[in-house]
Parts: sequence; C-alpha cells; structure tokens
Amino acid sequence: MSRNLVELREVTMRFGGVTAIENLNMALPERGIAGLIGPNGAGKTTVFNVITGFYKPTEGHVRFKDRDITGLKTHEICSLGLARTFQNIRLFYNETALENVMIGRHVRRTHRWWETVLGLSGARQEERDIRAKAEQLLDRIGLSAYSGEKASSLPYGAQRRLEIARALATEPEFLLLDEPAAGMNPQESLELMNFIRQIRDEFDLTILLIEHDMKVVMGVCEHIWVLEYGKLIAEGDAAAIRSNPRVIEAYLGEDVNNAAD
Amino acid sequence: MTLELFLQHFFNALTLGSLYGLIAIGYTMVYGILRLINFAHGDILMLGAYFVFYGTTLFCLPWPVAVVVAILGSALLGVLMDKIAYRPLRSAPRISALISAIAVSFFLESLAVVVFTGLPRPVHQPEWLVSIITIGGARLMPLTLLVPGVTAVLVAALLYVVYHTKPGLAMQAISKDIETTRMLGVSVDKIIALTFAIGSALAAASGIMWALRYPQINPYMGVFPGFKAFIAAVFGGIGSIQGAVVGGLILGFIEIMTVAFFPELSGYRDAFAFILLVVVLLVKPTGLFGEKQEEKI
Amino acid sequence: MNAKPAFNKRDAALTALALAVLYLFLWWADGSMAGALSWSFLPSPLNGYEIQILNLVAVYGILAISLNIIYGFTGMFSLGHAGFMAIGAYVSALCVLSPEQKEIMWIIDEILPPLAALHTPFWFSVILGGVVATIFALFIGIPVLRLGGDYLGIATLGFSEIIRVLIVNATPITNGSLGIKGIPCYTDLFTSFTWLIIVIFCTVRLLNSNFGNVLKAVRDDEIAAQVMGINVFHAKLFSFCLGAFLAGAGGALLGNLLTTIDPKMFTFLLTYNILMIVVAGGLGSITGSIIGSVIITVLLEWLRVVEEPLDLGFIHIPGIPGMRMVVFSVCLLIIILYRREGIMGMREITWNSIGRWFSSLGQSKEDKA
Repeated sequence: MSRNLVELREVTMRFGGVTAIENLNMALPERGIAGLIGPNGAGKTTVFNVITGFYKPTEGHVRFKDRDITGLKTHEICSLGLARTFQNIRLFYNETALENVMIGRHVRRTHRWWETVLGLSGARQEERDIRAKAEQLLDRIGLSAYSGEKASSLPYGAQRRLEIARALATEPEFLLLDEPAAGMNPQESLELMNFIRQIRDEFDLTILLIEHDMKVVMGVCEHIWVLEYGKLIAEGDAAAIRSNPRVIEAYLGEDVNNAAD
Repeated sequence: MTLELFLQHFFNALTLGSLYGLIAIGYTMVYGILRLINFAHGDILMLGAYFVFYGTTLFCLPWPVAVVVAILGSALLGVLMDKIAYRPLRSAPRISALISAIAVSFFLESLAVVVFTGLPRPVHQPEWLVSIITIGGARLMPLTLLVPGVTAVLVAALLYVVYHTKPGLAMQAISKDIETTRMLGVSVDKIIALTFAIGSALAAASGIMWALRYPQINPYMGVFPGFKAFIAAVFGGIGSIQGAVVGGLILGFIEIMTVAFFPELSGYRDAFAFILLVVVLLVKPTGLFGEKQEEKI
Repeated sequence: MNAKPAFNKRDAALTALALAVLYLFLWWADGSMAGALSWSFLPSPLNGYEIQILNLVAVYGILAISLNIIYGFTGMFSLGHAGFMAIGAYVSALCVLSPEQKEIMWIIDEILPPLAALHTPFWFSVILGGVVATIFALFIGIPVLRLGGDYLGIATLGFSEIIRVLIVNATPITNGSLGIKGIPCYTDLFTSFTWLIIVIFCTVRLLNSNFGNVLKAVRDDEIAAQVMGINVFHAKLFSFCLGAFLAGAGGALLGNLLTTIDPKMFTFLLTYNILMIVVAGGLGSITGSIIGSVIITVLLEWLRVVEEPLDLGFIHIPGIPGMRMVVFSVCLLIIILYRREGIMGMREITWNSIGRWFSSLGQSKEDKA
C-alpha cells in the first residue's frame, strides 16, 4: 500500500449558516486516480476550493505530502505541487496557447526579474527553457498547431486540454480536474479517459476528478467518493458504488446503472 | 469651546453633511444599479448652480421658478448623459464606462469654462436666508437650518418612491439582477434613465444650496464635493440610500469638527475624506449598510 | 502579442539603424547643437516651441508606458499618476537646485537644512525621484492593491490628492503653493529621448519575458493566476511600483523641462492626459503608448489654434479659451464609445509585423500587375 499523498481530516466548511461540507474525511493514495461525484450542489467544487486554498475550512485539516497545508495561500499550495482546472474554463484568454502554458512555468522559475531586464545569460537561458518546455508540453497534449493562437479563439475541446497542459506546466504531483468531460461527446470522453491514464503514468500524478459523466468516472477512477448535501454518503471502487443503495437513491438509479454496461 | 460655538459648528457640520448626503444619493443609486462611478455627477451639481445663477440674473426669473427649471434641466442632462455616454457601454468592461464617465466629467467642466468662463462668480444670497437669528444662544443663518430641512424632505420623498412605487421596486430589482429583471419585462433602460434623472435632480438641488451656502460658483466647484460625496456613499455602503445620507452626515461632521477642535489641521481638510476612504475600504469595504458580493469560482 | 525569441540579428541591426536615424534627427532638430558642427546647409526649421513639443512627446511617452504597465498590462485601474509625478518632480527639483537658489526661493518657511545642502547631478535626481515615488507606491500599494477595479481607481486618486495637500502644507520642503521656479532646464532632446529609449528597452525586455506573461495573466484572470502559483499580490505590487518608478522619473524629467513646478500642476487633469494617451494608443501595447503620446501631444498643442482669435480678413472669430479641452474630451468619448481598444489594441509593431506589412504591400501590387 503506497502512502497517502493527500488527506482531508474532518473538514467542515460553513458559509454563514450554510454548511457546504460536513465532517469530510478523504485519503488519496499516491499515483491513484480518484473521483468525487454527487448531485449538483453537493459541495464537490467546494472541496476543490478547500484543497486549493481558496477557502480556509471552518474546521479540520488538509494534508499534502505529510504536511498540513490548511490556511496556506493558493499560490503557495501550487508551488508545493498541486494544480487544478476549473469547471467553467478559466484560461488567460488574451494570451496565446503557448503563453498560457509558459505562465504555468513561472512558479518553477529561479531567476529574478531584474536579471531578465539586464539580460544576464542565466536568465536568458531560463527564458529559453521555459519556452522550450512549454512547446514540448503543447506538443505532448497535441495542441502545437494552436501554439500562436489566442486562447479565446481555440475550439472548446482544445481549451479544456490547454487548461490541463497549463496545469501540468506547474509540475504538479497532484492534479484536480473539475468536470473534464463536460460538453464532450462519447467518443471524446473515451479519449479523455485514456488521456487521463496516460498523463498519470507519464507525469507521475495523483489525480482527483469531479465528473458527472458516470462512464468516465466508473471507467477511470480506482476510488470514488459520493457527496450529497456536503456529506459523504459512500466511498469505494466502481463496483461498490454502483451497488450502493444510498448512491442509487441519490441518483434515482439512472446514471449509475446505465454506466454499468 | 463654548456651547454656542459648538452649536455653530454643529449646524455647519449638519449643513455640509446634508449636502454631501444629498450628492451621495446620486452616486449610490447609479452605482447600485450599474456598478458605475458616475464621475460626472459632481459636474451636474455645478451646472445646477449655474442654471439658477443665470436664470435669476440673465433671464430675471424669480427664484422658485429658476430653481425648478434648474432641477428639471439637470435631470434631463442626467438622462442625456446616460443615453449618450453610458448606455452604449452596458455590455463593455466596467472600466470602459468609468473612462467614459471621466470624459463626460471633463467635457462638462471644460464646456462650462467655455460658456460661463473660468472666473468664479459671486452668488447673491437672498436677505431672509442670511439675516442672523439666535437660537439657544447660537447665532445662525436660516440657511443653515434650511439645508438640512430640505434634505430631510427630499430624502423622505425619495425613500417613498424607492420603496413604495412601481418604478422604485423596479430599481431595487435591477440592482439585484439586471438580466432577470429585463426578462421579467421591465424596461430596464427607462428605469435606469429615471435613476439618472432622480440622482441628477438631487445633485442640482444640492448644488443650488451649496452655491447659496458658500456663495461663489465656478466650473470646478463640483469636483471636490463630488469626490467626497462618493466617499460618503462608499462609507455608508454603496447601493444603500440611507447609507449615503448617514455617510454624508458623518463625513460632514468629521471635516467640520476636526478643524474646529484642531485648527492647525485646517490645511489638511481636503485629505480627511480620502484617508477615511482608504480606512473604510480596508476595514469594511462594504461600508456601514452595504451587502457583500463574492465572485464564484 | 508577438513574443519572438529574444535576440535576432536582423532585428538588432534594424533597431540600431532606427536609433541612428532618430539621433541624427534629434541632432539636426536641436538647434543648439548646430553651432558645434554646422548644419548650415540644412538649418533646423524647428523653433524652441516645436522642440518643446518633441520633448513633451518623449516625456509623455515614458509616462504613458508607466501607466500602461499598471493598467494595460496588469489590469489595475490606477488614477494616482499625478501624485507619483509630483513626487518625482519635487525630489528632482530639490536635488538639482543649488543651495543658494533654494535659500532665496523659500520665503514662507525656511528650507529644511539637510535639503538645503543637497545638490546632485541631474541623472541621479531623476532616478532618486523614481525611487522616492516607488517608496510611496509601496506604502500606498500594500493596503489598497487588494481592492479591485474602480475602488482602486478612487483610492489611488485619493492618494494623489493627499500628496497634493501634503505638498501645499509641507512648506519647509516644498515651498508650499508658491512652487519651485528656476529649475535648470536639463531635459533637452537628447536627454528626454535617451531616457525614453532606455525605458522602452527595459520594459519591452521585461514584458516580452515570462514576467510579462505573468502580469497579463493577473490582468486576465486573478483566480486562475493564483492556481498557476502566481503570487497575485506580489505581481500587482511589483507592477504598481514599477509604474510608480517610471512615473516619478517622468515627473522629474517634466519638472526639468518646464523649469517651474507647483502643486496646481499635478491635479487629476494631468493623470487624465496620460490616461487619454494610454487609452487612445491601446491598453496593453507599448507601441500604442508611443503612438498615442505623439498624436495626443501634438493634438493638444495644435488645438491651441481653436483658442486663439482667428482673423480671416473679412470675418473675425474671437478665440475661445478652454475650447481645447472640450474638443479633447469629445475625442476621448468617441474613442471609448466607438473604438474601445484604441489605435493598436493589444498588438505591437515589431520588425516582423513591419516586414509582413511591406511584403503584403508588395504582393497586392503584384496582384494588380
């Protein structure tokens, strides 16, 4: 059994009187692919926002690589090796695809800004490396054709993949994907599943994804948590979730069983 | 400090605060609905004062007629301003509309310089407004009481319109969610125009009283009262009419009382409001009566 | 937008050539230099007034770039530029004036002794002006940069007004509302354009690097920028301070160009002029800022015509004082209403884009033939 890369310990998140997450415990083993599902408004994205430091949990702790990261700033958490995508894509729309990925490299940069202004050779080399690495990543994701295009002009599917490329550029160990299959047809979803497995192996990632497409969740996730009204109602592997009566009740039985075939 | 002197300062502060409050209402209503700082609001105040000045001197109108004409003229100007400079930018980034507002402000100021010349003009104060009366030992001008009185009446009328009439309810609805309100069949543009009309009318009213109280007008007279009233609106909680009035009053008291108790600070008087602004924005950006808004991630 | 790999021999050669042409032009234009090496066969047609306009173009260029870094590239709507410029101008004036001049000029209050003795070279005073402006920017930036959008604009505007109030009241340092006169006119064509070129060179290098991308990321989407590991607050503070530094330096150059400064000069109107240049040129475009400063400065001067009486012999049109600003605000309104992205938008003119333009020109001629 590998160690747990990420742990949520008794995390509770309240907004005023509303409890968005209640006493949530999660543990993600290293190099696993896990899923977080639940009906709309169950608090899935809130979990992401707690892990990535946008919200400080009202109670409980988040641990990452055996370190308590509760209360750290989002950018600090990123530099520890954690990256995410957004449900509604958030690219830097005025920048080119390449620049979007280059921005992801910033967090790993070692030279200071004035060294760039003065044109010191180390800083110039680093600039070239950033660009080269970004081009390499774009190529790997299959977007090099769009390299010089503005992010806003990319087709929808390419924007989703660019967001993942940008996240990978920060060299994460843990990647959170918020509805990566949204708006995709079955063929594209299938490709996405392969893609997720590939990047896990290639970049040594641990992946947690939120997804409504049960085919994707059941097909790719080794472990699944089910949230309803901010509470964990079930967890386990695909088979266990599919047969769990509370999950079937929460989903009215439809999606979960349709995904069985 | 003697009680009389204190009372005099008190009424001065009340007058200044009421004027700030009255101007602040225009900012707060427009901001509440459009999220736009109407930079030109202070210039409407200036124009209102000029309208009365020219109405009474050049066209020899009697005072009450001149005041009504000036207020109606300013309201019309507010509506025009919205139609020409702001409405085309409704779907543009918010800052574009703000730059447009800055341009309108400079346009009105420089136009006033061209039309009225840049020279400050003295304003004739009617005798009955400035003959000293004594109340409880304090020597006051009736004007000092008139300004808070008029303000109270105007604010009461406005609150009635906003909370008890259909257009008022539409205004509230728009400030909550403009798109939904549009879909419910409210003609949003008309309501926004009405908002500008009301705000500008109040600005003109305060401009006229300002000119009477500090009897001089010039094309830039609206700039500082405008900034400060905006700060009062932020302090009170932008979007809230009651907040704007309270904010204005508090700012008036801060300015007058600080200088009254620490005369050596009088040179810094214009800086108080801006310091207050920075403090408010840091401590409680939503102001006294404001509501919090968060971006969804 | 065109961030090509840094050094390209052709571009470097072309840039050097352009610089040589520019300096040759400045040499010719600057009449005072003509005495040394006579250009008598081609005397400069420019009078002092026209040279002054050229100087203003360069100084406004620096100021426009500095506001563009803050607003156009990082997306912070700051209206405090006049404040930073005032700081730079006063610091520089205090540095370059001789102790004797200062003693005569400060009549309300005696000048503070350490300042009275201060006497530095001009270049140093410009940098010091920028540094002091940056220090102020740090103090104002740390609290207010957490604010977004228009609130930031109002807070920075308030800050610049506070600076003005301070200048009026701090008579032992600033000579109060009397201002400072007789500042040596150090800003000649060579100085102003050399500063402009240094500023362009450094900012373009910075903005074309990944640091530039980071600033743009903050402008486009702060939340996504945070997730990318960008310390958004640092990035904003950095950009704000850099802009303030350049604004302070620009203010110092302006003070030494006009030779007289007083608190009335640094009102919101000055910020407005700079904002106008940036918006007209294009938010997020350095070449746009340069083009904007040329057009707006020339336009502002040219529009003086409408304020002067016009005598057409049979008809006499009296001058209309203040008309200039009316025309001017209408121009800004038209730009913001009908061409919000300004002249350049976010594009830049690079040697590549000029090359493409020429080749497309050639092609279309071939097509016709």
